[in-house]
Amino acid sequence: MSLSAKDKAAVKTFWAKVSGQADAIGSDALSRMLVVYPQTKTYFAHWTDLSPGSAPVNKHGQTVMGGVADAVAKIDDISSGLLDLSELHAFTLRVDPANFKILSHNILVVLAIMFPQDFTPEVHVALDKFLAAVSLALSEKYR
Amino acid sequence: MVEWTEQERSIITNIFANLDYEDVGSKALSRCLIVYPWTQRYFASFGNLYNADAIKTNPNIAAHGTKVLHGLDRAVKNMDNIKATYAELSVLHSEKLHVDPDNFKLLADCLTIVIAAKMGSAFSPDVQATFQKFLAVVVSALGRQYH
Repeated sequence: MSLSAKDKAAVKTFWAKVSGQADAIGSDALSRMLVVYPQTKTYFAHWTDLSPGSAPVNKHGQTVMGGVADAVAKIDDISSGLLDLSELHAFTLRVDPANFKILSHNILVVLAIMFPQDFTPEVHVALDKFLAAVSLALSEKYR
Repeated sequence: MVEWTEQERSIITNIFANLDYEDVGSKALSRCLIVYPWTQRYFASFGNLYNADAIKTNPNIAAHGTKVLHGLDRAVKNMDNIKATYAELSVLHSEKLHVDPDNFKLLADCLTIVIAAKMGSAFSPDVQATFQKFLAVVVSALGRQYH
Protein backbone atom coordinates (compact mmCIF):
# COMPACT_ATOMS: atom_id res chain seq x y z
CA MET A 1 0.00 0.00 0.00
CA SER A 2 2.71 2.48 -0.99
CA LEU A 3 2.02 6.09 -1.95
CA SER A 4 1.16 6.58 -5.60
CA ALA A 5 1.95 9.81 -7.45
CA LYS A 6 -1.74 10.69 -7.09
CA ASP A 7 -1.60 10.14 -3.30
CA LYS A 8 1.50 12.33 -2.94
CA ALA A 9 -0.09 15.12 -4.99
CA ALA A 10 -3.29 14.96 -2.90
CA VAL A 11 -1.30 15.10 0.36
CA LYS A 12 0.82 18.05 -0.79
CA THR A 13 -2.19 20.00 -2.07
CA PHE A 14 -4.20 19.40 1.09
CA TRP A 15 -1.22 20.18 3.34
CA ALA A 16 -0.71 23.49 1.54
CA LYS A 17 -4.31 24.39 2.45
CA VAL A 18 -4.14 23.38 6.11
CA SER A 19 -0.53 23.87 7.23
CA GLY A 20 -1.35 27.39 8.43
CA GLN A 21 -3.42 25.77 11.19
CA ALA A 22 -0.87 23.07 12.02
CA ASP A 23 -0.55 24.17 15.65
CA ALA A 24 -4.32 24.00 16.25
CA ILE A 25 -4.52 20.65 14.49
CA GLY A 26 -1.70 19.21 16.59
CA SER A 27 -3.10 20.49 19.85
CA ASP A 28 -6.63 19.20 19.16
CA ALA A 29 -5.43 15.81 17.89
CA LEU A 30 -3.22 15.25 20.91
CA SER A 31 -5.95 16.45 23.31
CA ARG A 32 -8.42 14.01 21.79
CA MET A 33 -5.94 11.16 21.91
CA LEU A 34 -5.37 11.65 25.64
CA VAL A 35 -9.13 11.79 26.35
CA VAL A 36 -10.40 9.08 23.99
CA TYR A 37 -7.49 6.65 24.53
CA PRO A 38 -6.50 7.18 28.16
CA GLN A 39 -3.78 4.52 27.95
CA THR A 40 -1.73 7.03 25.92
CA LYS A 41 -1.42 9.22 29.01
CA THR A 42 1.18 6.78 30.32
CA TYR A 43 3.76 8.43 28.05
CA PHE A 44 3.19 11.86 29.57
CA ALA A 45 3.26 11.22 33.32
CA HIS A 46 5.94 13.92 33.56
CA TRP A 47 3.57 16.68 32.40
CA THR A 48 1.86 18.95 34.89
CA ASP A 49 -1.37 19.19 32.92
CA LEU A 50 -2.80 16.65 30.45
CA SER A 51 -6.14 18.38 29.89
CA PRO A 52 -7.25 19.42 26.38
CA GLY A 53 -5.60 22.66 25.29
CA SER A 54 -3.14 22.83 28.18
CA ALA A 55 0.31 24.37 27.68
CA PRO A 56 2.27 21.08 27.51
CA VAL A 57 -0.35 19.61 25.14
CA ASN A 58 -0.21 22.65 22.85
CA LYS A 59 3.56 22.69 22.78
CA HIS A 60 3.80 18.99 22.03
CA GLY A 61 1.09 19.21 19.37
CA GLN A 62 3.32 21.78 17.64
CA THR A 63 6.29 19.42 17.80
CA VAL A 64 4.33 16.52 16.36
CA MET A 65 2.95 18.59 13.47
CA GLY A 66 6.47 19.82 12.76
CA GLY A 67 7.34 16.19 12.16
CA VAL A 68 4.33 15.78 9.86
CA ALA A 69 5.37 18.86 7.87
CA ASP A 70 8.86 17.40 7.55
CA ALA A 71 7.40 14.14 6.27
CA VAL A 72 5.34 16.01 3.64
CA ALA A 73 8.51 17.74 2.43
CA LYS A 74 10.29 14.37 2.25
CA ILE A 75 7.30 12.50 0.85
CA ASP A 76 9.35 10.86 -1.90
CA ASP A 77 11.44 8.96 0.63
CA ILE A 78 9.81 9.12 4.03
CA SER A 79 11.76 6.29 5.63
CA SER A 80 15.18 7.82 4.91
CA GLY A 81 13.89 11.29 5.63
CA LEU A 82 12.68 10.40 9.12
CA LEU A 83 15.67 8.28 10.25
CA ASP A 84 16.60 10.64 13.08
CA LEU A 85 13.03 10.75 14.36
CA SER A 86 12.86 6.99 14.14
CA GLU A 87 15.99 6.65 16.29
CA LEU A 88 14.49 9.06 18.80
CA HIS A 89 11.27 7.05 19.05
CA ALA A 90 13.09 3.69 19.11
CA PHE A 91 15.84 4.30 21.61
CA THR A 92 14.77 7.25 23.72
CA LEU A 93 10.99 7.57 23.70
CA ARG A 94 10.21 3.88 23.11
CA VAL A 95 6.60 4.57 22.18
CA ASP A 96 4.75 1.34 21.35
CA PRO A 97 4.12 1.59 17.59
CA ALA A 98 0.43 0.72 18.07
CA ASN A 99 0.04 4.28 19.34
CA PHE A 100 1.07 5.78 15.98
CA LYS A 101 -2.19 4.43 14.57
CA ILE A 102 -4.12 5.98 17.42
CA LEU A 103 -2.63 9.45 16.95
CA SER A 104 -3.08 9.17 13.16
CA HIS A 105 -6.78 8.44 13.65
CA ASN A 106 -7.19 11.51 15.84
CA ILE A 107 -5.37 13.70 13.32
CA LEU A 108 -7.88 12.53 10.69
CA VAL A 109 -10.85 13.28 12.99
CA VAL A 110 -9.53 16.82 13.59
CA LEU A 111 -9.04 17.37 9.84
CA ALA A 112 -12.65 16.25 9.25
CA ILE A 113 -13.88 18.72 11.86
CA MET A 114 -11.76 21.66 10.72
CA PHE A 115 -11.98 21.13 6.95
CA PRO A 116 -15.29 19.32 6.32
CA GLN A 117 -15.53 20.37 2.65
CA ASP A 118 -11.88 19.69 1.74
CA PHE A 119 -11.51 16.41 3.63
CA THR A 120 -13.21 14.39 0.90
CA PRO A 121 -13.01 10.56 0.78
CA GLU A 122 -10.25 10.88 -1.85
CA VAL A 123 -8.19 13.18 0.38
CA HIS A 124 -8.96 10.93 3.37
CA VAL A 125 -7.53 7.82 1.72
CA ALA A 126 -4.36 9.64 0.60
CA LEU A 127 -3.81 11.04 4.10
CA ASP A 128 -4.56 7.72 5.79
CA LYS A 129 -1.90 6.08 3.59
CA PHE A 130 0.52 8.94 4.21
CA LEU A 131 0.16 8.78 8.00
CA ALA A 132 0.57 4.99 7.82
CA ALA A 133 3.80 5.52 5.86
CA VAL A 134 4.99 8.03 8.46
CA SER A 135 4.15 5.57 11.26
CA LEU A 136 6.06 2.83 9.46
CA ALA A 137 9.07 5.13 9.00
CA LEU A 138 9.00 6.02 12.70
CA SER A 139 9.15 2.35 13.66
CA GLU A 140 12.05 1.59 11.24
CA LYS A 141 14.73 1.53 13.91
CA TYR A 142 12.80 -0.32 16.61
CA ARG A 143 14.29 -3.75 15.99
CA MET B 1 -21.61 -5.73 31.27
CA VAL B 2 -20.94 -2.28 29.80
CA GLU B 3 -21.51 0.61 32.20
CA TRP B 4 -22.94 3.87 30.86
CA THR B 5 -23.11 7.14 32.76
CA GLU B 6 -26.15 9.40 32.38
CA GLN B 7 -23.99 11.80 30.41
CA GLU B 8 -22.89 9.08 27.98
CA ARG B 9 -26.49 7.93 27.44
CA SER B 10 -27.68 11.43 26.65
CA ILE B 11 -24.73 12.09 24.30
CA ILE B 12 -25.64 8.99 22.28
CA THR B 13 -29.39 9.62 22.21
CA ASN B 14 -28.80 13.25 21.16
CA ILE B 15 -26.51 12.30 18.30
CA PHE B 16 -29.06 9.84 16.92
CA ALA B 17 -32.06 12.12 17.55
CA ASN B 18 -30.50 14.78 15.32
CA LEU B 19 -29.13 12.42 12.68
CA ASP B 20 -29.84 12.74 8.94
CA TYR B 21 -29.74 8.99 8.31
CA GLU B 22 -29.73 9.20 4.53
CA ASP B 23 -26.93 11.73 4.38
CA VAL B 24 -24.70 10.25 7.06
CA GLY B 25 -25.39 6.60 6.20
CA SER B 26 -24.58 6.97 2.51
CA LYS B 27 -21.50 9.12 3.23
CA ALA B 28 -20.13 6.70 5.83
CA LEU B 29 -20.51 3.59 3.66
CA SER B 30 -19.18 5.23 0.49
CA ARG B 31 -16.22 6.67 2.43
CA CYS B 32 -15.47 3.17 3.76
CA LEU B 33 -15.49 1.69 0.23
CA ILE B 34 -13.18 4.46 -1.02
CA VAL B 35 -10.74 4.64 1.90
CA TYR B 36 -10.60 0.84 2.40
CA PRO B 37 -11.21 -0.48 -1.13
CA TRP B 38 -10.97 -4.15 -0.13
CA THR B 39 -14.34 -3.71 1.60
CA GLN B 40 -15.86 -3.55 -1.90
CA ARG B 41 -15.62 -7.34 -1.96
CA TYR B 42 -18.98 -7.53 -0.18
CA PHE B 43 -20.77 -5.36 -2.74
CA ALA B 44 -20.04 -7.08 -6.04
CA SER B 45 -23.73 -7.07 -6.97
CA PHE B 46 -24.26 -3.38 -6.22
CA GLY B 47 -23.30 -2.04 -9.64
CA ASN B 48 -20.62 0.46 -10.63
CA LEU B 49 -17.90 0.87 -7.96
CA TYR B 50 -15.04 1.57 -10.36
CA ASN B 51 -13.98 4.93 -8.93
CA ALA B 52 -14.73 7.31 -6.09
CA ASP B 53 -17.33 9.29 -8.07
CA ALA B 54 -19.16 6.12 -9.09
CA ILE B 55 -19.23 4.96 -5.48
CA LYS B 56 -20.43 8.33 -4.19
CA THR B 57 -23.34 8.44 -6.66
CA ASN B 58 -24.29 4.75 -6.52
CA PRO B 59 -27.92 4.58 -5.32
CA ASN B 60 -27.57 1.00 -4.03
CA ILE B 61 -24.69 2.04 -1.80
CA ALA B 62 -26.61 5.07 -0.55
CA ALA B 63 -29.66 2.95 0.31
CA HIS B 64 -27.53 0.33 2.02
CA GLY B 65 -25.67 2.94 4.06
CA THR B 66 -29.00 4.26 5.33
CA LYS B 67 -30.09 0.72 6.21
CA VAL B 68 -26.87 0.01 8.14
CA LEU B 69 -27.18 3.27 10.08
CA HIS B 70 -30.77 2.47 11.06
CA GLY B 71 -29.39 -0.86 12.27
CA LEU B 72 -27.69 1.11 15.04
CA ASP B 73 -31.08 2.30 16.35
CA ARG B 74 -31.59 -0.95 18.17
CA ALA B 75 -28.33 -0.48 20.06
CA VAL B 76 -29.34 3.06 21.01
CA LYS B 77 -32.64 1.76 22.40
CA ASN B 78 -30.97 -1.16 24.23
CA MET B 79 -27.69 0.28 25.44
CA ASP B 80 -27.66 -1.99 28.47
CA ASN B 81 -27.85 -5.14 26.41
CA ILE B 82 -26.24 -4.54 23.06
CA LYS B 83 -24.64 -7.99 23.01
CA ALA B 84 -27.98 -9.84 23.17
CA THR B 85 -29.68 -7.31 20.89
CA TYR B 86 -27.21 -8.04 18.09
CA ALA B 87 -26.85 -11.82 18.52
CA GLU B 88 -29.00 -12.55 15.48
CA LEU B 89 -27.34 -9.86 13.34
CA SER B 90 -23.96 -11.27 14.33
CA VAL B 91 -24.96 -14.74 13.14
CA LEU B 92 -26.24 -13.18 9.89
CA HIS B 93 -22.95 -11.35 9.23
CA SER B 94 -20.97 -14.48 9.97
CA GLU B 95 -22.96 -17.29 8.37
CA LYS B 96 -24.86 -15.63 5.58
CA LEU B 97 -22.89 -12.51 4.65
CA HIS B 98 -19.43 -13.90 5.51
CA VAL B 99 -18.09 -10.48 6.50
CA ASP B 100 -14.62 -10.41 8.08
CA PRO B 101 -15.32 -8.80 11.49
CA ASP B 102 -12.23 -6.58 11.14
CA ASN B 103 -14.29 -4.65 8.62
CA PHE B 104 -16.75 -3.50 11.30
CA LYS B 105 -14.05 -1.32 12.82
CA LEU B 106 -13.24 0.22 9.44
CA LEU B 107 -16.86 1.27 8.91
CA ALA B 108 -17.05 2.51 12.51
CA ASP B 109 -13.99 4.74 11.91
CA CYS B 110 -15.53 6.19 8.74
CA LEU B 111 -18.81 6.84 10.57
CA THR B 112 -16.86 8.66 13.31
CA ILE B 113 -15.20 10.86 10.70
CA VAL B 114 -18.48 11.67 8.92
CA ILE B 115 -20.22 12.55 12.19
CA ALA B 116 -17.21 14.66 13.25
CA ALA B 117 -17.37 16.60 9.97
CA LYS B 118 -21.11 17.21 10.46
CA MET B 119 -20.99 18.19 14.12
CA GLY B 120 -17.84 20.31 13.90
CA SER B 121 -16.65 21.64 17.24
CA ALA B 122 -19.72 20.13 18.94
CA PHE B 123 -17.90 16.82 18.46
CA SER B 124 -15.75 17.55 21.49
CA PRO B 125 -13.15 15.10 22.86
CA ASP B 126 -15.70 13.83 25.42
CA VAL B 127 -18.38 13.33 22.76
CA GLN B 128 -15.82 11.57 20.56
CA ALA B 129 -14.85 9.27 23.46
CA THR B 130 -18.50 8.37 24.13
CA PHE B 131 -19.34 7.82 20.46
CA GLN B 132 -16.27 5.64 19.92
CA LYS B 133 -17.09 3.66 23.09
CA PHE B 134 -20.62 3.06 21.76
CA LEU B 135 -19.33 1.93 18.36
CA ALA B 136 -16.72 -0.33 20.00
CA VAL B 137 -19.48 -2.11 21.93
CA VAL B 138 -21.54 -2.51 18.73
CA VAL B 139 -18.51 -3.82 16.82
CA SER B 140 -17.76 -6.30 19.59
CA ALA B 141 -21.38 -7.52 19.70
CA LEU B 142 -21.45 -8.01 15.92
CA GLY B 143 -18.34 -10.16 16.10
CA ARG B 144 -19.53 -12.18 19.08
CA GLN B 145 -21.29 -15.05 17.29
CA TYR B 146 -18.47 -15.83 14.87
CA HIS B 147 -16.80 -19.19 15.33
